[in-house]
Amino acid sequence: MSSKPIVHDEFASETSDSTKLRVVAKSDTDRSAEDTLKSILADVLALEREDADALDADSGLFGHMPELDSMAVAGLLTEIEDRFDIVIEDDDVDGEMLETFGGLLGFVVSKTAQA
Amino acid sequence: MEFGTWSPEPLEPGASSSLPDELLVTFDEARAHRVLIFPALFDEANKLRRFTLSFMRALDEAGIDSALPDLPGCNESLAPLAAQTISDWQRCAEQAAQRFQATHCLAIRGGALLAPSDRPGWRYGLLDGPKLLSGLLRAQTIAAREAGLNETRETLIERGRERGLTLGGWTLGASLLKELETATLTPSPQIEEIEQAQLDGGGLWLRAEPGEDPQQAATLAHIIAKGCGVKDEEAR
Repeated sequence: MSSKPIVHDEFASETSDSTKLRVVAKSDTDRSAEDTLKSILADVLALEREDADALDADSGLFGHMPELDSMAVAGLLTEIEDRFDIVIEDDDVDGEMLETFGGLLGFVVSKTAQA
Repeated sequence: MEFGTWSPEPLEPGASSSLPDELLVTFDEARAHRVLIFPALFDEANKLRRFTLSFMRALDEAGIDSALPDLPGCNESLAPLAAQTISDWQRCAEQAAQRFQATHCLAIRGGALLAPSDRPGWRYGLLDGPKLLSGLLRAQTIAAREAGLNETRETLIERGRERGLTLGGWTLGASLLKELETATLTPSPQIEEIEQAQLDGGGLWLRAEPGEDPQQAATLAHIIAKGCGVKDEEAR
């Protein structure tokens, strides 16, 4: 199973940085988004907080975790909508966005910036 | 805890055939406070089943009776889900409340859509019809996309309004789908809303796999006991 980092180029230098926990976030707002997203994933995947904190840009999600089926992903997206006050359209949802933690966080950050 | 059955009466007056018996789980010691529980619906019912039973145990320890009746088409019911409607469920729910002599009702998530709105009680983690339906439709579009098909929530619901739909393995009739599209809930002075934030932790309906959280179940029971006026000392 190959995993590629799905992060924007502008964040790439941060990804290779030693701060592995802060995989995408470049501003306080983004860090707060990252924390919130980790908290939601902790609820969905029944993770302890420290395990959720260990999620990085390459951590595989949909297609990598058998328990994360379409119903669980639908619940995850609905919770993201509620917590970030955004609307996620069918067209927004694609494999790249759901495949890794970095992909999902990148989507949330860009969507909240538009809101 | 006792496992029994109950039989909803035929919904159409004069109908000769009776409905099949349904499962009824109770903690019943004829105590003063009797809470009838309407569980979450569909996929969330499975995810919250263990939580719901732990909550009933905690209520029992607090000196409160409770009952969890299956409604036709739900949980262990032999009745086909595809034939059910919210309005039929509401009538069954009222029958269940009368039979159990419920002093209160507690509706969990989408269960609020069918719980009696004119009886005192609580709604926990309220989920209205459009939101419930949107979650099921979204899961279906994600599964379809994974299978290489292109379906949108709009095309699915259009088809469902005419012929019914199977969403996430749940076969829902056209009538039920149409009811869900517009089933919103209005606040009632007799019904208190309980938010997830009051339970400290994420809602178990979010879990990818069914889970449990005894602490959350105990906290919910504590809120209900307090609402019934049962003091902690009495519960010990």
